[in-house]
Amino acid sequence: MERIPILKMGEYLLVTIQVDMHDRLALTLQDDLTERIVSQRAHAVLIDISALETVDSFIGRMIANIAAMSSVLDAETVVVGMRPAVAITLVELGLPLKGVRTALNVEHGMAVLKSRLSEHERSDDHAAR
Amino acid sequence: MITQGKGLSEILRSDEKALLADWLVQQTATVGMRSALLTRGELEEQSRRFLSSLRDAVERGGVDAESPAFAPIRQHLEELSQDRARLGYTPTETATFVFSLKQPIFARLRERYKNDPEALADATWEATQLLDRLGLFTNEAFQKGRDQLIIRQQEEMLELSTPVITLWEGVLALPLIGTLDSARTQIVMENLLNRIVDTGAPLAIIDITGVPTVDTVTAQHLLKTVAAARLMGADCILSGIRPQIAQTIVHLGVDLGDVITKATLADAFAVALKRSGLSIQRAPAAGQTSSRKARPAETEDE
Repeated sequence: MERIPILKMGEYLLVTIQVDMHDRLALTLQDDLTERIVSQRAHAVLIDISALETVDSFIGRMIANIAAMSSVLDAETVVVGMRPAVAITLVELGLPLKGVRTALNVEHGMAVLKSRLSEHERSDDHAAR
Repeated sequence: MITQGKGLSEILRSDEKALLADWLVQQTATVGMRSALLTRGELEEQSRRFLSSLRDAVERGGVDAESPAFAPIRQHLEELSQDRARLGYTPTETATFVFSLKQPIFARLRERYKNDPEALADATWEATQLLDRLGLFTNEAFQKGRDQLIIRQQEEMLELSTPVITLWEGVLALPLIGTLDSARTQIVMENLLNRIVDTGAPLAIIDITGVPTVDTVTAQHLLKTVAAARLMGADCILSGIRPQIAQTIVHLGVDLGDVITKATLADAFAVALKRSGLSIQRAPAAGQTSSRKARPAETEDE
């Protein structure tokens, strides 16, 4: 069965969507990702959608849901590389993905995750003291 | 059917040269030669072409201006009208090109049917109808030419009015000028988002100093642009909000949400620099041994 690979790199999980998403693929990704976050105790997830050229309302909501779910599982999540056409479509569909962190490309996204993780550690230390 | 317009076609065939000369006199007399716009030679050429295609058309298609025989002449008139629209002729002047042909033709019809008033009336009526149709057609074509001109100018204006400027590495500025409607916002939005992708700039300043009024629709458009940029991972700062506009926004109950707003572009730029970890400081005056600073001085004229 076709599925989107989830790569583990240190404490990050990388999801790069290289094909056009269809509904079943999105649902599979949702299951896979949530399971991986729990099983590998990942605290940072980066979803790269730079190859995604078209979205419909379902895929738009799936992206929002997947990002929200990983946030619930206490993993910092950032969606990177959204194309202008996709961004415009999502806004027009009324899906501005509130609460989802975004970045221009993988590099920026990694930087965002890194700073968020170090902030977390600092606050955790603070709490422990 | 071809018996219709028989007199007309014979006149056109036998007396073309004199008719042309009379017509030219009429044209220059009624509208006056706009010699600055059209030389006499060009006018003569246009008139001769019109007469010869009219002759062909009447011979083959009678006096029905809608018949396929009139297709070439209609096309000729269309080109002529559009050319004249571009040159700055008024529609009246363009239509007079055709209408001024009436008098020379009527004079010749009168000569021809001197002894048959009924035939004269019929022939005159036919010729009038035909020339009226053709004259109105020039008017229509003229209008069409004008419309195309307006559409083209609108498109050019759209291209002109939405530049995206790189203020600093990683800082884009979009100075908006003029009223924002849906079509323009679409282009503005696409331009900005594409530039964000091209330059990889994480910050964009949208300056609305040149936007005359902000109503709920305009605000909605702006918010959409900001939301789309955010989805791509770039933050937007809204600047150039004039006092009246600030009042309108609040009176209308528009919720700008968590968009950063600044009164002037300078303030927005300062925020952008701060976020990029840069700062501006005055260069030490010439000849003065300055205090040594660790950070190199970045100077930028606003």
